[in-house]
Amino acid sequence: MKAPADYAHLEDQFQARIDAEEKIEPKDWMPDKYRKTLIRQISQHAHSEIVGMLPEGNWVTRAPSLRRKVALLAKVQDEAGHGLYLYGAAETLGAERDDLLDELHTGNAKYSSIFNYPTLSWADIGAIGWLVDGAAIMNQVPLCRCSYGPYARAMVRVCKEESFHQRQGYEIMLTLARGTEAQKKMAQDALNRWWWPSLMMFGPNDAESKHTAQSMAWKIKRFTNDELRQRFVDITAPQAEFIGLTIPDEHLKYNEETGHYDFGPINWDEFWQVVSGEGPCNRQRLKARRRAHEEGQWVRDAALAHAEKRRQRQAAKKDQKVA
Amino acid sequence: MSEKKNWPLWEIFIRSKNGLNHKHVGSLHAADAEMAIENARDVYTRRMEGISIWVVESEHITASSPNQSESLFDPANDKVYRHPTFYNLPDEVKHM
Ligand SMILES: [Fe+2]
Ligand SMILES: [Fe+2]
Repeated sequence: MKAPADYAHLEDQFQARIDAEEKIEPKDWMPDKYRKTLIRQISQHAHSEIVGMLPEGNWVTRAPSLRRKVALLAKVQDEAGHGLYLYGAAETLGAERDDLLDELHTGNAKYSSIFNYPTLSWADIGAIGWLVDGAAIMNQVPLCRCSYGPYARAMVRVCKEESFHQRQGYEIMLTLARGTEAQKKMAQDALNRWWWPSLMMFGPNDAESKHTAQSMAWKIKRFTNDELRQRFVDITAPQAEFIGLTIPDEHLKYNEETGHYDFGPINWDEFWQVVSGEGPCNRQRLKARRRAHEEGQWVRDAALAHAEKRRQRQAAKKDQKVA
Repeated sequence: MSEKKNWPLWEIFIRSKNGLNHKHVGSLHAADAEMAIENARDVYTRRMEGISIWVVESEHITASSPNQSESLFDPANDKVYRHPTFYNLPDEVKHM
């Protein structure tokens, strides 16, 4: 343990490196709080990718065509990959994969609350790709310049893959919106249900967000929650208009003066309720996660036993040669 | 840390096409080298990002420490004579 004066000096040096836009790499000195903040954020991000596969997996077997099915499968597989890049990045900070998963499975770790909503119709797959992946992209693009090297590099890979996710979702919505009356209704219903939870994905308002200031100073975060949310609304509102769907917000209106869309108040009670575990699908999601993990245990054990057996065989062969 | 025995961590290097170096892309867990290559194929080359994969168990990598960086890299700092621009030649001299 360093003496307090030494520690303060190291912290100053560290902040100077951040201010100079230097990247921090795994073996570099960093404040404990920087490390903890990153482990928390990166692992929550990883959990979100993994849990995010569940609502979409619900529709893989019921996709309306082979084209839609292969696209959805590829997207869900990508999300698994994103989770793995991110767990890998968290592990460079000294976290153990098993501990991170335990935190998720015991309900101690958070993941994006959006994945606690159900996917009731095929149009929900369109709405998720368009809105949920769209909001994720908005959050993730600035993270490509995050001060922690491994996180930033993981985000570059993720962002490259995300744009297909959003386009496939919007294409589904576009097709439905131009389809029969019933299909159009289904698309509108999905938009109605996913719009507000998507806006909540950016997190609490800036005034309410306790980590924002420190994360911005450390250049983990580059924009505030409200800035990103505004950008998302500005980009998405014309996209909805283009396919003739109505965003469920009577206050939504383009403001000539500010050059941005004004929008109505967010129901933060609902947000906190879902975050605290009382959303429509929280229990179902965790149960599915835990079951998948437990049912995979014998596979992990068997693979280890097999690898060990092969190692021993090879060692025996080598011994024979020497003798 | 948990008592359970886990799949070890592997570092993954990928050659994106012939003529280029293998480049570190990240890490993953696998029971053995063969599985590490299979997993690396699925995790890091879903869009033809590679034509060759190297895997190395992370614990076998020895890395220099950031604290050493002065003693390792500073000596090169004042050896400007190792760079072509150190040598003054008249402009009339071409192709050099
Ligand atoms: Fe993702
Ligand atoms: Fe995605």
